[in-house]
Amino acid sequence: MSRAHRLIRRAGEVPFSPARIWAMLLRYLYILRSSWPRTLELLYWPTLQMLIWGFMSQFLRQNSSYVAQAFGVLLAAVMLWDLLFRSQLGLSISFLEEMWARNLGQLFVTPLRPYEWLISLLAMSIIRVTIGVVPAALLAIPLYHYSIFEMGLPLVAFVAVLAAMGWGLGLAICGAILRHGMGAESLAWTVIFAIAPLSCVYYPVTTLPSWLQPVAWALPSTYVFEGMRAVMFQGIFRTDYFLEALVLDVFYIALGAAIFFIAFRDARHRGALLQMGE
Amino acid sequence: MREPVILVENLVKRYGSTLAVDGISFTVERGVTTALLGGNGAGKTTTLAILLGLLLPTSGSVQIFGEDVLRHRYRVLPRMNFSTPYVDLPHRLTVRQNLVIYARLYGLPQRDERIAALAQDLQIEALLERPAGKLSAGQKTRVALAKAMLNEPELLLLDEPTVSLDPDTGDWVRGYLEEYRGRTGATILLASHNMAEVERLCSEVLMMKAGRIVDRGSPGELIDRYGRTNLEEVFLTIARARPALEAVQ
Repeated sequence: MSRAHRLIRRAGEVPFSPARIWAMLLRYLYILRSSWPRTLELLYWPTLQMLIWGFMSQFLRQNSSYVAQAFGVLLAAVMLWDLLFRSQLGLSISFLEEMWARNLGQLFVTPLRPYEWLISLLAMSIIRVTIGVVPAALLAIPLYHYSIFEMGLPLVAFVAVLAAMGWGLGLAICGAILRHGMGAESLAWTVIFAIAPLSCVYYPVTTLPSWLQPVAWALPSTYVFEGMRAVMFQGIFRTDYFLEALVLDVFYIALGAAIFFIAFRDARHRGALLQMGE
Repeated sequence: MREPVILVENLVKRYGSTLAVDGISFTVERGVTTALLGGNGAGKTTTLAILLGLLLPTSGSVQIFGEDVLRHRYRVLPRMNFSTPYVDLPHRLTVRQNLVIYARLYGLPQRDERIAALAQDLQIEALLERPAGKLSAGQKTRVALAKAMLNEPELLLLDEPTVSLDPDTGDWVRGYLEEYRGRTGATILLASHNMAEVERLCSEVLMMKAGRIVDRGSPGELIDRYGRTNLEEVFLTIARARPALEAVQ
């Protein structure tokens, strides 16, 4: 046996390989780089949202005491909401790239483990969110004299909670697509919007009917948006909200991962890894 | 008898009420090219998918290189590879990008040298910077073979390696596979409809029908056994025979 064979065998038997994760991440970066319209699309919607809500905020500052108290409240809300949406979509789109390319059969005859693939999807989600949301946030500074970065450390906490929630949701959606095929593809774009009214992005939880409020408090995103308003209106960071949101995140990520791995195993029973695609 | 690289026993795959693979058993010896031959729906691709670990069987056992594939597939995957014309490499990436990614997934040392050597062997040097989706069928086949050869597999599984190729390209691919097996001593298992290809490449044939192995032997033995002049006639005889044909297990 040659030295190369020995090295390949040893590498393949290692149960966790950053090199394989990097290989998959590289694949998604090549895809992103190969199409400038896709890169532009990443920037397009967050920037457009920021522009609309920025002008709306300027208008409401003159006409609403709520916005007048904290000018950036709507802008911060829309940017954080976009972060949640993009983190879920960033994961789901990279997953869908494999489905569109009918590439799962090729990938999983290599030593790539499903959990390594998942980690690469999470990493790609971070990159997509960064490309999409950060320029919009920077653009808001000269346009509206509002910087979300002034929130400081609480912003890091909000970003972490929302990104993790997006991943939990994204994993469950990928599992559903693995189970039900490309007919379930639209879930990647639609499911998150069912959560928006309950997350209380632009209004306090008390706005919801009392029977709906416990449902809202079951979402990590609700704690973030309530916490964001606490920072902006009262100047306090609600650690209790943060910790409760983290606990919920752990639960949703575990649930999403369980759905994904069960669906993956089921796909191996049905022979779907070879056939799945458009 | 040489050491078996593949050992399959009582393999069954059932999809609901459909029996795709019906209790097959076979061995493939080291350094031998073996064909899984059969009509559409005979169970060839299902068998290959189970060997690759992409599909879980309903029952039965599969050992490759002495390892239970169902329990320890990651011990054998680095030593094997697979190529099929029915699943292209991702279209939007260039050929080189695709090969680099698979080389990294296999943990290849000296990736660039390996890709350059394969590109020369398989005459795809001029294609390396082209998107994989813009290649002709023959070019795609050679690129898919390059991907399958990256880790210099000891076991190569091929699903109809020359389907949809013109005779010249098909002949070239067969020549390449013969040369590879001769040079490395690799074991090849291929599913095919192409009888001339099987006669040329394979020293062992497993004839499949309706999920069962209905006969087996070298191409010469099968031709003699059925009193025919070539393997295609043997195939037609078996394909058109009544279901009463005894399974040879």
